[in-house]
Amino acid sequence: MKKLETFGIKPHDASLKADGEKWSIMEKLLLGLTLDQYIGQAIRNKLNWFFAIIFAIGIPVIIYRFIFSLGAVTHASYDYPWGLFLGFGLFCMVPLSASGFMLGTTVEVFGRHDFEPIERLALLNGLLGYFFAVVYLLVDLGQPWRLSYPMVYSFGPAAVLFLVGWHVATYLSVQVAEVSTAFFEWIGFQRGYDFIRKGTIGLTVAGIILSTLHQGALGALFLYAPGKVHPLWYSAPFQWILFFISSIPAGLCMVICVSTIVIHTMKWRCDKRFIDNLDWITIALAKGSAMGLITYLIMKFIAIAHDNEWAYFFTGWGAWWWFEILGFVILPLVILSYGIHNKLVGLCRIGAFLTVLGILLNRLNTALITFNWQLYQEIPHYLEFVIAITIFAIYVATYRFILARLPILYKFRSQAEE
Amino acid sequence: MSKITRRKFLAASAAGGTAIMMAPTKKAFAAGSFEGFPDGMGVLVDLTRCVGCRTCEAACNKEQKLPEPALPFDDYSVFDEIHHGNQKRRTTDKAYTIVNRYDLKDSDEPLYRKIQCNHCNEPACLTSCFVNAYTKTPEGAVIYNSHVCVGCRNCMIACPFHIPAYTYHSVLNPVIKKCIFCYDTRLKEGRPPACVESCPQQVMTFGKRKDLMVIAHERIKKNPDKYIDHVYGEKEVGGTGWFYISSAPFEEAGFDVHLPKKPIIDNVKDFLAIVPVVLTVWPALFTGFHLLATKGKSHGHGDDHSHDEQEGH
Repeated sequence: MKKLETFGIKPHDASLKADGEKWSIMEKLLLGLTLDQYIGQAIRNKLNWFFAIIFAIGIPVIIYRFIFSLGAVTHASYDYPWGLFLGFGLFCMVPLSASGFMLGTTVEVFGRHDFEPIERLALLNGLLGYFFAVVYLLVDLGQPWRLSYPMVYSFGPAAVLFLVGWHVATYLSVQVAEVSTAFFEWIGFQRGYDFIRKGTIGLTVAGIILSTLHQGALGALFLYAPGKVHPLWYSAPFQWILFFISSIPAGLCMVICVSTIVIHTMKWRCDKRFIDNLDWITIALAKGSAMGLITYLIMKFIAIAHDNEWAYFFTGWGAWWWFEILGFVILPLVILSYGIHNKLVGLCRIGAFLTVLGILLNRLNTALITFNWQLYQEIPHYLEFVIAITIFAIYVATYRFILARLPILYKFRSQAEE
Repeated sequence: MSKITRRKFLAASAAGGTAIMMAPTKKAFAAGSFEGFPDGMGVLVDLTRCVGCRTCEAACNKEQKLPEPALPFDDYSVFDEIHHGNQKRRTTDKAYTIVNRYDLKDSDEPLYRKIQCNHCNEPACLTSCFVNAYTKTPEGAVIYNSHVCVGCRNCMIACPFHIPAYTYHSVLNPVIKKCIFCYDTRLKEGRPPACVESCPQQVMTFGKRKDLMVIAHERIKKNPDKYIDHVYGEKEVGGTGWFYISSAPFEEAGFDVHLPKKPIIDNVKDFLAIVPVVLTVWPALFTGFHLLATKGKSHGHGDDHSHDEQEGH
C-alpha cells in the first residue's frame, strides 16, 4: 500500500477529489485504485498471505466446532468450563479495549481536544475489541443462538454475568454510535454525523459508567469461585477494582501499541496531524498508563494485606505471582517512567508492550492458570489455540480494513476546511 | 452558554437515567440471609456406614435413565481410577452420583464417600446464572431448566463442590446435567430419592433438613468416640440440603474444608452494592468534571460549536 503513490493516486481523504468530482463508493472501497490494481497490491502484501494461511486452517476448524460440538474442539472439561475462548477472548480483549472510554473521557469530558488525533483510534480499538470479545463468546457458548435470552426471555438479575451481558451489549451500541461519526463522514452523511455529535457527551458519560461496571464485573465473576482461584489472584472486596484499575493502563497501552504498528506499517494513511502529534501523545498516554500501573500495584498489595496472604509469597505460586508483578507491572512501570522523564518515545512503546503482556498474563492467571490450583493444571486443546488465533487474525484484518478507509488516522478534509 | 451546558447536562443525565433503568434489580439483597425453606427436605449421609457397594450409583442411573456406564456397577476397580494426575472420579453428564474410596491415615479401613449435588440452601449455581435457569424448590431440591440455558457454564465455575457437568458433545442442545434430588419423579410426591431408597446400609436418612440436623448432632453426641464433632454441610457455604457425618477428618475424605461458612453470593455482594452507586453518582460526577474542566473553553469540537449555537430551543 506504500506504493499507492506509484499509481499516482492520493488516498481518499476528502468528500471531493482534487478535480472537484465526488468519490464513488467503489472508489472509496478500493482506495481509489482500479480493481486490478487493488487485487494486485493485495496479492503482493505478505501479511495477506499470512492471514490466508491462518484462515485456511482456522475457519474450517471454526465450522467444525459448530458442526461437531464444543466437545470436538475442547477437552470438554467439567473442572475447567472456561478455556481459552473466554480466558483470552473475553477476559483479555475487554480490558485491552478500555481505550475507547479513556480517550473519550479525556477529549469530550475534560475538553482536552489536543488529544483528538488519537481519539478515534482509541474509540475504534474499543469497538473492535468488544465486538471480537463477543465473537469469542459466541464460539464458546453452548447455545449461542440463545445469546439474547438474558435480555429478553429469562432474567437472572442477581448474577454478575447478567450485568456483564447487559453492559457489554449496551456499551457495544454506544461505541458503534461513537465510531459511526467516522463512518458518516466517509460515506458523506452529514446529518447522521451532526445527530451523533450532539449526543457526544451523553454517549461518553454512558461509556464511563458502563466501563467502570463491566470491567469490574469481569473481575467480580471470579468471586463466585473462592478457593478455586489462587488466593494471590483472588480478593473478595478488591477484585472488581483491581480489574477496573488495570484496564486503564491496559487500554492506554493497547492504543500505544496499535499506533506504533500503524505508524510503521500504514504511514500512507496517517495525516500530518497524526504523525506530528503522535510522539507527545504517546508520552502523554504513557504517563496515564504509569499512573494507572502504580495505583494498580499498590492496590495489589493492599488486597494481599487485607486478606493476610503474605505466607503465599514463599510458595511456588508466590514465585509465579512475583514473576507477573516484577516482570509485567514493576518493570514496565520503571521503563515507562524513565521513558516519560527523558521523553524517549521508543522506550515508552516498549513499556506499553510489556504492560499489555502483563494484562494478558494477569487475566490468564486468574481465569486459567491459577484456576483450580488445588486440583490440577489443564492445557487447553490445541484446536482451542487454533480458533483463538484465527479469530484474532480476523480481528487484525478487520482493524486494518477499517483503518485503511475510515477517517481514523486522518482528518476528513471536508470537515477541516469548513 | 448556559443553554449549551444545560443541554449537555441533560443529555448526560438522560444517558445515566437510561443506564439506571437497565440496572439489574438486586434479588441478592432481598435474599441477604436466606437460610433455606423451613420445610425443605434433606439427606443425612453417615460416612461410617458406607461400604462402597455402588448400589446408589446403579439406582440413580436407572431412575434418571442415564446411559450404561463403561464398567458395570459391581466393578470396584473404579475406586482405583485416577484422573488428571491426582483426581478421583467426579460427577459427569452420565453419572449424577458417584462413590469414591479414601485411604485414611489412622485406620486400615478405608472410608467411602458418596458425591452428588448437595442442594445448597443458597446455591452458587443459582445465583451465578444470568438466565435464572436454576430454582431452589420449597421441597429443597436445586433443579435446572434446560430450556433457558445459554451454555455459559458459569454455574460450573461457581459450584464449590464441582458438581454440574455439561453435555459438551451435543451439537444442538448441550445442557447442564446434575443430580436434581429426583425432583420430578419422587421428591415432588414426598418420596425419597432413588439412591437413598436403594442403599442396603442405610447410609442416608431422608427427612426434613432441620429434623435431620438434630439427628446428626444426636448421633455425634451419643458416639463421641466414633464421630468427628462436625456436621459437614450444616454451615458450609450457608448450609446444604445434603450433609455428612464422618469418623475421620473430612479433609481425609476429600471434602474441601476451607469453604466459607457464608453463601458464595456473599462474596459478590460488595461488588453488587457498588453498581447502583456508580449508576447514580457517575453521571453527575463526570458531567460536573466536564463543566469544571471546560469552563471558559469551547465545548466540543470546533465544528460542533456552530451547531450548538443554532440549537437554541
